[in-house]
Amino acid sequence: MSGGLGLTIAVPRGALMRETLDLLESIGLDCAEVRSNDRKLLFADVGIVTMRPSDVPTYVEAGAADVGITGKDVLMEQSERDVYELLDLGYGACTMVLATVDGPDPSVEALRRLGVMRVATKYYKTAAAYFEATGRQAEIVEVKGSVELAPLTGLVEAIVDLTATGTTLRENNLVIREEIYVSTARLIANPVSHKLKAAAIDGMLEKLRAR
Amino acid sequence: MRPQIHPIPSGTRDVLPDEMRELRAITESVRGVFERDGYGEVWTPALEYEEVLARGGGAPPAYRVFDDHGKVLALRTDMTVPIARLVATRYANEDPPLRFCYFAHVYRAVRPHRGQMREFLQAGIELVGAPAPQGTAEALTVLCHVLDAAGLRDYRIGLGDASLYPALLAALAVPEEAGARLLEALVARDFVALESELSRLELAGPEAELLLRVPQLRGGPEVLAEGDGPVAGAVAGLRDVYALLAPAVAERVIFDLGLVRKMGYYTGAVFEVYDPALGAPIGGGGRYDDLLGRFGRPLPAVGFALSIDALHIALTGEERA
Repeated sequence: MSGGLGLTIAVPRGALMRETLDLLESIGLDCAEVRSNDRKLLFADVGIVTMRPSDVPTYVEAGAADVGITGKDVLMEQSERDVYELLDLGYGACTMVLATVDGPDPSVEALRRLGVMRVATKYYKTAAAYFEATGRQAEIVEVKGSVELAPLTGLVEAIVDLTATGTTLRENNLVIREEIYVSTARLIANPVSHKLKAAAIDGMLEKLRAR
Repeated sequence: MRPQIHPIPSGTRDVLPDEMRELRAITESVRGVFERDGYGEVWTPALEYEEVLARGGGAPPAYRVFDDHGKVLALRTDMTVPIARLVATRYANEDPPLRFCYFAHVYRAVRPHRGQMREFLQAGIELVGAPAPQGTAEALTVLCHVLDAAGLRDYRIGLGDASLYPALLAALAVPEEAGARLLEALVARDFVALESELSRLELAGPEAELLLRVPQLRGGPEVLAEGDGPVAGAVAGLRDVYALLAPAVAERVIFDLGLVRKMGYYTGAVFEVYDPALGAPIGGGGRYDDLLGRFGRPLPAVGFALSIDALHIALTGEERA
C-alpha cells in the first residue's frame, strides 16, 4: 500500500492531525477522505495510515509505514527507536515544562527537607533524564490521565508536562517553574525506506522545504 | 496439566525444530558459499577477557562476569574483535591474506524487538591482509553470493565510507567539539539536530550546505559525481571498489554518503544490507584497517556479519510479497 507519493505515511490523530493533513494537501495529496471519515484508519489510495502520535515511531521503525509525522516530545520519550529524523515541520509547537501549584514552590521545600521531590508525568524518560541532568533527586510517578490533578491532591509536588497555551495549567492554579524544551512536529523515516525509496522521500522533502 | 513456566532472560529465546530446520537451511547454504569462496570456519570462546574486547573498541559488552581469579570476563558483542585477537595470537607469522568465516552467537544490550534479540546468531567473514579496493570488492562479492544462495531476491547493499564525514569536517576546519556533536547527530540519524548544530557554527553558507547535503546523498553511481573537494579521497575509494565489482554485484549497490555504523573501529568503506521485506538492515560490515594493529599485527582488513534471524524474517517476508 503506497499511493500518492509512493510512500506509506503515518499521520498522527489528535492535535497534530489537522495541520498535518493541511501540509500533505499543500504538497499534492488529496486528504478529503481522511478528513471526512473519522473511523477509518487506513487510506490505501493516498498511502495514509492514521494512529495515535505515540504509535507513529513504532510503525515507522518497523517499516509498516515508510515515513511519519509526530511530535518531538514523542521522539524524545522514545529515543531508542531506530528512525531517521528528517525535518522540523514547525507546527504543533508546545513546551515541556516543570510546573507546581502557585505560591511558594513546594518542590524546592521537598528537596530541601526530604531530599527528594515527587514528580508526576506521562513522560517518564524525559523527566528522569531532566532531573538527572540538573542534579536533583526526584521520584517520578507515571500517570496516564490528567497530570494536573496529581499536585492538587498531594500525590506529588510537581509535574512535567507538555503545554501549548498554559490554559489548563492556569485553570488548575499551576504555574510554570522551568521550561525543559520546545517540541514541534517532525517528519521521520524508516532507515531501510530511506535507502530503498530515496527518490520518493527526497521528493517529499523537497516539496516540504519549498512550501 | 498446566505447564510450569520457567523464564529465560529478556532478549533470548528458544528455537524449536520447525524453525530450526528453516534456520539450518539458511546457515547450510551460507556455509557452502563461505567454503567455496575459500573462507575457513573458526570458533572462538563466547566469553573473552573484558580488556581484550575493550582493546578492539566494538560495542560495549552487555554481560560481564568474574572468573574464579576475579578477572572480568564479558560475552562478545561481535566476532570481528575476537578474530582480530585470534589472528594476532595464532597467525602471527602467516602470510596474508587470511580468510575466516564464522557462525556465532553474539550478545548486545539492545531493546529486544523484531529481528534483534540480545543474543543473536551472526554469520560472517573476515578478510585479513587484503587492502582496499580489492579486499572490499571481494567482501561485497562474497556477501552477494551468500544472499543469492540463501534465496533473497530484492536486497540492496548501501555502500558508504566511514572516513568521509570526518574528512569533510577536517577539511572545513570545524572545531573538534562541534564536529563531535555533528557526528553524534549523524550517527543518531537526526538531520534536524544536524541542521540546527550547523546553523550555530559560523560557517560560510556553501560549507554549511555541504555538511548538511553530503550525508543525505544516496542513489546510483551518479551521486559520486557530487563528491569532489574535501570528500574526493573517500569518493575516489568508493569509485575504485565499484569499478572492481562484477555486474551482478554492482547492480545491488546503492551509494550512501551518509552511511555511518555504530561500531567505532571502521576506517574506510562501510556497507549495510537492506531488503524491502524488513524495516531494519539485515547485516553490514566494512573496513577496519587499524584494528589488527591494536592487537600487534598491523594488517588492513574488511568483513561483514549477517543476522541469521533478520535474514530469515526477510526471506519469509519476500515469500508473502
